[in-house]
Amino acid sequence: MTLSVPAIMKTTAARLSALYLLLFALCAVLLVLYMTSLSARMLTGQTQDTINDEVLGLARAYQRGGLPLLVRVVEQRSRQPGANLYLIADANGQILTGNVQSLEPGVIEAEGWTIEPFSYRRFGEGELERQRNPVSDPNEPAQSEVQAEGEKGHNAIALVLRLPNQMIMLVGRDLGEPERFRAVIRRALMLALGMMGVGGLLIWFFVGRAALKRIDSVSEASRRIMGGDLSGRLPVTGAGDEFDRLSENLNSMLARIATLNEGLKQVSDNIAHDLKTPLTRLRNRAEATLSGKHNTSDYRQALEGTIAESDQLIKTFNAILMISRLEAGYSSESTTRVDLAAAVHDVVELYEPVAEEAGVTLETSVQGSFAVNGNRELIGQALSNIVDNAIKYSTDSTSRPTVRVTLERVGSEIRLAVSDNGQGIPDDVDRARVTERFVRLEKSRSQPGSGLGLSLAKAIVTFHNGRLELLPGNPGLSVVMSFPGREDR
Amino acid sequence: MHMPATQSSSEIAYNGSMKILVIEDDREAADYLQKAFAEAGHTAHVAGDGETGFALADSGDYDVMVVDRMMPRRDGLSVIAGLRSRGNTTPVLILSALGEVDDRVTGLRAGGDDYLTKPYAFSELLARVEVLNRRASAREADTVYRVGDLELDRLSHSVRRAGREITLQPREFRLLEYLMRHAGQVVTRTMLLENVWDYHFDPQTNVIDVHISRLRGKIEKGFDKPILHTVRGAGYMLKSG
Repeated sequence: MTLSVPAIMKTTAARLSALYLLLFALCAVLLVLYMTSLSARMLTGQTQDTINDEVLGLARAYQRGGLPLLVRVVEQRSRQPGANLYLIADANGQILTGNVQSLEPGVIEAEGWTIEPFSYRRFGEGELERQRNPVSDPNEPAQSEVQAEGEKGHNAIALVLRLPNQMIMLVGRDLGEPERFRAVIRRALMLALGMMGVGGLLIWFFVGRAALKRIDSVSEASRRIMGGDLSGRLPVTGAGDEFDRLSENLNSMLARIATLNEGLKQVSDNIAHDLKTPLTRLRNRAEATLSGKHNTSDYRQALEGTIAESDQLIKTFNAILMISRLEAGYSSESTTRVDLAAAVHDVVELYEPVAEEAGVTLETSVQGSFAVNGNRELIGQALSNIVDNAIKYSTDSTSRPTVRVTLERVGSEIRLAVSDNGQGIPDDVDRARVTERFVRLEKSRSQPGSGLGLSLAKAIVTFHNGRLELLPGNPGLSVVMSFPGREDR
Repeated sequence: MHMPATQSSSEIAYNGSMKILVIEDDREAADYLQKAFAEAGHTAHVAGDGETGFALADSGDYDVMVVDRMMPRRDGLSVIAGLRSRGNTTPVLILSALGEVDDRVTGLRAGGDDYLTKPYAFSELLARVEVLNRRASAREADTVYRVGDLELDRLSHSVRRAGREITLQPREFRLLEYLMRHAGQVVTRTMLLENVWDYHFDPQTNVIDVHISRLRGKIEKGFDKPILHTVRGAGYMLKSG
């Protein structure tokens, strides 16, 4: 891919490497600065020690032989090669002896240590330029020549002592060595910085390009998916890195969306199939009433029938919507601790007169108190749908029709079972199919209902992380809801 | 269930005229409500959007408001919350196409007094609006309810009719208590399920009817006059004579 410079700068990798580079460089500069200043101070201290030793030696010579011996020793040492500087001057600063030809003005007048490096020239090196006077005297062409060559002399530090006879003695040491050391460090620093720069650019180039390529492939894939290919998935390289994890997460999200989409499609198919029948009936009734001669009470009856039919349709519609929302993982903020024993009590009490009227004995067996996290309303609805069914289907029992609601703990699960002693579900029927939407067994077609009661109950139980199973009851049917037990018990 | 036709409206609209504000953006639905309320003997004003509704509610003296939830310019919940924050306590019934448990909870939390999901039967809406009207239900504080010769003591949990003690199950007692609190008003099956059992779903079988007939057996059997009446297409009403 070709990228213009601003496009490269827009990539995260490029920006990150630039930032790292900058930070590293800053740290390196600070570190080296600190190191140089530390080592310079150490070297100055060492130089000062050397000077002190030298001064002690000279002092001993002075004690032994007075001024003449001192001068002689100084002259002698001045002739030896080395970094040490010696100078004896009279009270006016006129140089008498030593190996220093000239030095920066002011140094010799200041008694004591001059730690700030000053320039000087040894004998045989020519006159020292007047450093602190940059406007050079046109009468001294030799000097400007020296300046042009960059020959500024050497740097040194020194100790100036006033001798008893007002003469001045300077003992110093050239700083050539420490300065070379400092130059080495500076060069190393520059080199390191340069290398870091090159490294940063390389990292930028490779890492940035690689990351960019991965991201581009991801956006390419997502464009394809957006284009309508819902089965498409994002590439996973298997490296297990952040990009893979991102792709995996997005992929499972896509899978979830595809499932929901599939569910939605199924719902719309079912709606189309099962709502069209009553709608057609509704329409036919209206049409039939309009054609032909009728009196007011006929119309009234037809309209009442129409309303009853549409009420049934609304119920069915609500149930479908609710199932879809539960299956889509509709998140409820009204999830609380639900006392299942109380829920059983409430529903049984609600249905007890109905059961009695139908000649069905409604029994409950609740062992202990059990709680689940959930929605009282939904659990009540699921249980009432199941109890309602059980009462309806137990009436064809060969013995005394009985519906039994049992609540107990089995292992880590809380089990809520509704069993009837009716005819149950014939063995040749797939029991799991009964909980599917709109599935109604042949013999139940005559019973009122939308065929959604069990589906809704199943959706509710699943929503509560539970299972709904239909088990043969010998005789009859047992609808078992298993909920995970609450932790806090 | 059916629309209250002229012949049955006299029996449904019992307690004088109410002034109702309908805030509903669907023109046709609003007109229908206005007409139906008028037939039931009430006066209804219609506001077509939230802002207008808020202004009307804020200035007018209404007995009950019927507020649609989703409307242009200002949604129903915001209108209600705004009115409540201004100290307006007019009872509000929220109408909404959203019928999940949580939607009802948010609606009531915003300051609504009742919640009805679309599509609804007008008889249901009318019964609920009439129960909401505070002037008709000022019995909350009473400890003893009396309807004709029927007497219910909320403290001692005892029920008498014509001086004779009647024994009721706890739930039957609550059922009768609710019916007596709203004596003379139509009470629908859903209202009973909501207020006596605290369930907001539609049972597959009409369980309420069976409970009512049981209660009726206890409070009417052996007495010469019926007191718990069935209002065709709407619900039940406790009424003497």
